Amino acid sequence: MATPVSVHAHAAPQGFIRKYIFSLDHKVIGIQYFFLALTAVFVGMFLSLLMRIHMIWPTAVLPIVGEIKPEQYLSLLTMHGTIMVFFVLTTAPQGGFGNYVLPIQIGAPDMAFPVLNMLSFWTTFVGFIVIIAAFFVTGGAPLHGWTGYPPLSAVQSAGPGEGLGADLWITSIAIFCIASLMGALNFITTTLDLRAKGMSLMRMPLTVWSWFITAILGLLAFGVLLSAGILLLLDRNMGTSFYVPLINVNGVMMGHKGGSPLLWQHLFWFFGHPEVYIAILPGMGVTSQVLSTFSRKPIFGYKAMVYAMLAIGFFGFMVWGHHMFMSGMSPYSAFAFSILTMCIGVPSAIKTFNWLGTMWKGHIRFDTPMLYAIGFVSLFVSGGLSGPFLAQPVLDIQLHDTYFVVGHFHLIMGVAAIFGIFAATYYWFPKMFGRMMNETWGRIHFFITLAGTYAIFMPMHYLGMAGQTRRYSQFTEVAYQTKLIPLQTFMTYAAIITIAAQFIFVINLFWSMFKGPKASDNPWEATTLEWTTTTPPPHDNFGGVTPVVHHGPYEYGVPGAPRDYVMQNDPATYAAH
Amino acid sequence: MATYTPSTPIDHLGGIKPPEPPAGGGDDGRSASFPDYRARLRRARLGLICGIATVCMVFISLTSAYIFRQGLPTFDGTTNSYVHDWGSVNLPWMLLFINTALLLASSVTMELARRNAARQAALAPVESIPGVSLGSERSFPWLAITVLLGFGFLAGQWLAWIELHNRGFYVNTNPSSSFTFLLTVTHAVHLAGGLIALLWAATASLRHKTAEARQIAVDISAWYWHFMLVLWVYIFALLGIAR
Ligand code: HEM
Ligand SMILES: [Cu+2]
Repeated sequence: MATPVSVHAHAAPQGFIRKYIFSLDHKVIGIQYFFLALTAVFVGMFLSLLMRIHMIWPTAVLPIVGEIKPEQYLSLLTMHGTIMVFFVLTTAPQGGFGNYVLPIQIGAPDMAFPVLNMLSFWTTFVGFIVIIAAFFVTGGAPLHGWTGYPPLSAVQSAGPGEGLGADLWITSIAIFCIASLMGALNFITTTLDLRAKGMSLMRMPLTVWSWFITAILGLLAFGVLLSAGILLLLDRNMGTSFYVPLINVNGVMMGHKGGSPLLWQHLFWFFGHPEVYIAILPGMGVTSQVLSTFSRKPIFGYKAMVYAMLAIGFFGFMVWGHHMFMSGMSPYSAFAFSILTMCIGVPSAIKTFNWLGTMWKGHIRFDTPMLYAIGFVSLFVSGGLSGPFLAQPVLDIQLHDTYFVVGHFHLIMGVAAIFGIFAATYYWFPKMFGRMMNETWGRIHFFITLAGTYAIFMPMHYLGMAGQTRRYSQFTEVAYQTKLIPLQTFMTYAAIITIAAQFIFVINLFWSMFKGPKASDNPWEATTLEWTTTTPPPHDNFGGVTPVVHHGPYEYGVPGAPRDYVMQNDPATYAAH
Repeated sequence: MATYTPSTPIDHLGGIKPPEPPAGGGDDGRSASFPDYRARLRRARLGLICGIATVCMVFISLTSAYIFRQGLPTFDGTTNSYVHDWGSVNLPWMLLFINTALLLASSVTMELARRNAARQAALAPVESIPGVSLGSERSFPWLAITVLLGFGFLAGQWLAWIELHNRGFYVNTNPSSSFTFLLTVTHAVHLAGGLIALLWAATASLRHKTAEARQIAVDISAWYWHFMLVLWVYIFALLGIAR
């Protein structure tokens, strides 16, 4: 291009409100998403703490909340799951870091549609307020779990919390769907249309690929959840029978007849399985980025990594039935779903081996982001290995709805994705806030969290195999489960310690934001475009210069290059020609 | 030690490639400078395609629910047997055909408006040359007519819902009527969104937008509007044929 000077689509805003509240700048919006998710994760964590305490001391009278009644336990569980899945695991990696980093990494001044971007954030925010409101209405929060199976979720009188609370829950999810759809649209258009000169698809950092594929999954999946939610609202409030069969609730015949709860399960899981990849794919991207940077080696098998993510996304839409083996489906369908589910193991394994290959013989720097990326790989393997077990219909009949499943999805989706978020936070914090986080406390935080999560979630597999069912509030009186109480107690203590350790993280975060040592432009000596601009980046990301890309994203240890890394925008003037 | 030259292929680990001349791939730097008209149009259309994909997913899932619910045998407690309770709806055919005709007509006027706006946008630079005038006669108000026809369609749908109520079909009468209301109302909501976009585009010149910005707004709403027509024909066929 003839002129390197650019005119940014919108001028830098003046005034507090336009600058920090209703900002159009993707960096501000990314940070807003990040803090929303941070708030949500603390709410979700607090709920889980209450659950763990209730499990082993069911009659304890707790400060503020009092004694937890069985139905309140179910409310805690529902809100914990929903807040964590939607407002943490979907919000932070994609809305937060995707928003902040993706445009810079492809050399763009902003997202394709900045106004839409602002709207997606504020819509998500409203969704969060609505779901929190469910706690405070008569009847309290709903009881039906994050999966919202009817008829429990579809009948107002099915229990406390299934009235207004459940309506708020569905409304919040519908709002979240719309927000995510707007976000996905923006991410896809940005990635396809705003890449800088020379940033071909196969030169995009794997983080960009992961956000891009996540956006495609979101675009195709959230619409389905939205329609499922509309049907649920109609069943609840308009007397239709999409999901509700002829049913008697507490001695009262309901007006419904002929609906099928399985219809919800199909629609929900058609969204639900892609959703678990929406949560984990950005973590995979960050892990690839960080492993390569801190091993000072190119990512092993870049193309294989891209194709593996595409394959995971593609197969992710064909395996929803593995959540429904117990629904009385035809054994032939179960067989098909089982095989397809096992197929996802292949690209997952490719990724795992490539991560190991990346670290192999690297000059590894064990900074906190790296620790978290390695932790991600560890959790992905331990959580992933139980997947193929659950994918066997025969085994799943035993394991379904037990703590085995809870262990599986917490390791792989819950904690692995959280580790991805931690890796991203420690890695991009210098760029976002201009200062470094404290290394020592970062490492302490890492080791407590790693040990803690394994201590909480590994024993769950044994509990499950021993027959401990999921979503039961009280078992201390159940004869065959009393033997498991010591293990449960251990898990609760582990949870208390792990949750306490998270305060190390927040304190480190806020302290470093104001008091941390100033960060240079490229503290990790990384290669991608966000490290070529100033720290923190100017309003239009590159200060009026249009970056031009000459290299792939992971050129470490290039022979002949002056340093052990080659920035993506390096015009390679040192080449001998 | 090998020197790092563009001709040294070090590709066995993936990722590393000799620097290619920075061509192709990205959008050639258009993005970073204030995007020109064609780039902005393409970007907006790309966004629209994503939006349409989403709406398609909504209706695909509603359709699969439709087919699923229709084929579902339900247990009838009174006779202890499985029955099909899909039921039927007595559609106001005449009204719906008139509505279809309205929407069809609006799609035609919309297309004329779109082409009109495209022409204006193309001529805009010429108009700005001092002394050059392309005549001040206002072009035919195709957009306004489209908006009217769109409101006509919505009003017609409203009448159809009233007529259904008069015939005794409510959203909870039977599964068939539930889906009839569900699909038509969901479509109407999406169409109303299109109308808002149209009004936005129509008032673009009042809000001091450039001819190009107006053209982009018109273009996007036009394709969305055509999509709404196709969607309506599909829904009508589903309700009419797969009853
Ligand atoms: C090799 C890969 C995987 C396989 C074979 C697999 C298999 C399964 C199966 C069969 C179930 C159903 C168990 C049951 O309900 O009885 C399940 C549940 C679950 N999986 Fe996975 N999975 C894999 C990877 C993942 C990943 C990557 C995530 C998240 C990022 C994830 C998240 C979940 C969640 C959240 C549930 C529980 C949903 C619920 O019932 O509430 N899984 N998995
Ligand atoms: Cu699944």
